[in-house]
Amino acid sequence: MNQLLTFIRKEFLHVLRDRKTLLILFGLPIVQILLFGFALTNEVRNANIAIIDDAHDEASRSIIGMIAASRSFHAHALPGGHSSIDETFRSSGVKLIVLFPANFNTDLMHTQRARVQIIADASDPNTASTLTTYVSAIIADYQKARVQTTSLPYTISTNVRMLYNPQLKGAPNFVPGVMALVLMLVCVMMTSIAIVREKELGTMEILLVSPFKPMLVIVAKVVPYLLLSLVNVASILVLSVYVLDLPVQGSVVLLVAVSTVFIITSLALGLLISTITNSQQTAMLFSMMGMLLPTTLFSGFMFPIENMPLPLQIISNVVPARWYYIIVKSVMIKGLGFTAIWRELLVLVGMTGLLIVISLRKFKVRLA
Amino acid sequence: MKSTSNPTSNAVVLNGIGKTYENGAVVAVHDVSFDVRPGELFGLIGPDGAGKTSLFRILTTLLLPDAGTATVAGYDVVKDFRAIRGIVGYMPGKFSLYQDLSVEENVNFFATLFGTSVDENYDLIRDIYVQLEPFKHRRAGKLSGGMKQKLALCCALIHKPHVLFLDEPTTGVDPVSRKEFWEMLQRLKEQGIAILISTPYMDEAMMCERIALIQGGSIMSIDTPENIMQAFPATLYAVRATDAYHLRMDLLAEAFTESCHAFGDEVHLTLHTEGIAKAAGMEDVVAAMRARGHADVEIREIAPSIEDCFIRLMGQHHA
Repeated sequence: MNQLLTFIRKEFLHVLRDRKTLLILFGLPIVQILLFGFALTNEVRNANIAIIDDAHDEASRSIIGMIAASRSFHAHALPGGHSSIDETFRSSGVKLIVLFPANFNTDLMHTQRARVQIIADASDPNTASTLTTYVSAIIADYQKARVQTTSLPYTISTNVRMLYNPQLKGAPNFVPGVMALVLMLVCVMMTSIAIVREKELGTMEILLVSPFKPMLVIVAKVVPYLLLSLVNVASILVLSVYVLDLPVQGSVVLLVAVSTVFIITSLALGLLISTITNSQQTAMLFSMMGMLLPTTLFSGFMFPIENMPLPLQIISNVVPARWYYIIVKSVMIKGLGFTAIWRELLVLVGMTGLLIVISLRKFKVRLA
Repeated sequence: MKSTSNPTSNAVVLNGIGKTYENGAVVAVHDVSFDVRPGELFGLIGPDGAGKTSLFRILTTLLLPDAGTATVAGYDVVKDFRAIRGIVGYMPGKFSLYQDLSVEENVNFFATLFGTSVDENYDLIRDIYVQLEPFKHRRAGKLSGGMKQKLALCCALIHKPHVLFLDEPTTGVDPVSRKEFWEMLQRLKEQGIAILISTPYMDEAMMCERIALIQGGSIMSIDTPENIMQAFPATLYAVRATDAYHLRMDLLAEAFTESCHAFGDEVHLTLHTEGIAKAAGMEDVVAAMRARGHADVEIREIAPSIEDCFIRLMGQHHA
């Protein structure tokens, strides 16, 4: 026991004395959360849009007023008129132009049919469709308001409620994703490197030629990263609650417990990588390519899994991050309890067990 | 039957050990047998790639031999590897301590790892550790080559091993530190620890009680250094002239030359004694070399060194 504690203490010293490792370990989650929270967001805020108003009547002015009032847009009139549309898209940062034809209000009153043209820069299809949806919604709102003053015989009114995330913020989606990503990256990469480093430096030779059990070498390697990763989980949660205003809806204890399971899964993966590689570089490459890519692609955090072709959906099942992502979303965002997530948790526990068994069997008690 | 440790048996016994790599394509060690007696300082002398490190790894249970058997302190290296791992000290050829830990932390770590403490066996490492003491807070990676080896020796000794395996501990170490290192080993020997040491430096062979000359994975000779040198079968001459390089080429061209090798600025020469009408003498060599235009030719009879023996055995081995 004393041996194990000394070994664990030694591992902590390695981590704490290596500035680069420390930076990755604690910088990565913070940078990721802040990046996804403030920079890499697909929420539309202050998008530059231009308005050409040939109507200058009551209806067009009301709609323009509503658009200008929206936080999503930064609207301004386009003085050049129609001829400058192409030029505007090319040279300025305008994403969308709303065009009201002459006699807009008159057409609406008399023919019951008026047209508004929305021209969007679709070089970024997501932004373009989001922006057109927003503008269409504003116009629909205006129409509804007018209809109430007159009267129409039949109307279907849609009543939309955005559950769990009424403001359609990006954070509820990406915080669980970032948690999966960071834990995967930190645990897999750090453990595999920590073990392979002993091989590369030759210290593994001495460790093996000692009464210390190889099994305990693994435990000693894994414990510090388990603890440091829990610190990471805590810092991500604190950031998301206090900086991104995303409270944990469900049980924090459950969330931490589930995260611990996922950390152990990742550590086991790192261990497996360390048993099949012999240099720190290969271990790093393996972790980056083998873990980072599948985690971002197949966890469902960047790209919805339901939209993938069937073979890819099947592949996504073996990515641990996919299950963790579902669990974190359920607990953190939807506030669900253990009964809602036990299936996913079972998958995760099963994977962990399998990985530990494989890597322990692959761990060599000799050099070759 | 389970083998047990027997203090009166030899510290290390190798019996026809063989090891190949890459599915038999590369032969690292072939049919090696020797033993190290209790408390003996035994040297494995041979150039790089002779198979020394493979032998060390087999004996320290890090590699499995393909052929033969070996025991360390009476334990079989394959079956009883766990028992061996607790009672041997091993210093690999490459510096293998934690560079980012201080001298003190390294020593304490290895002491704890072996289930002991620095205080418990301090008398064993005291001679070495006092030299390290002024640097005990320095990180191991920042030590000089000689200091690193002393630290590694400390760490290998800290648990009072029955057998100490030192794989090229003096390679890349300055001459003064090398000398100090060997002096420490002499003192350790007095404590009754059997030591198996390997080195590519032939001059260090003299410091061992017995040596095995190894080349190409095979043992060429095992004996005390003195006996090996006495067994040198010919009279050895050192020849010197102003142009050492051409001197060797010209000697090789002479009929009386049996072997000649460059040693520093001299050429070590042996002469044919059989199958020749009259054996050449020193004056014949000098005359022949003068005739070939060499100036200041000097020749004298010398006692063969281990290196001379090694080179001669190597030639026989290849033939």
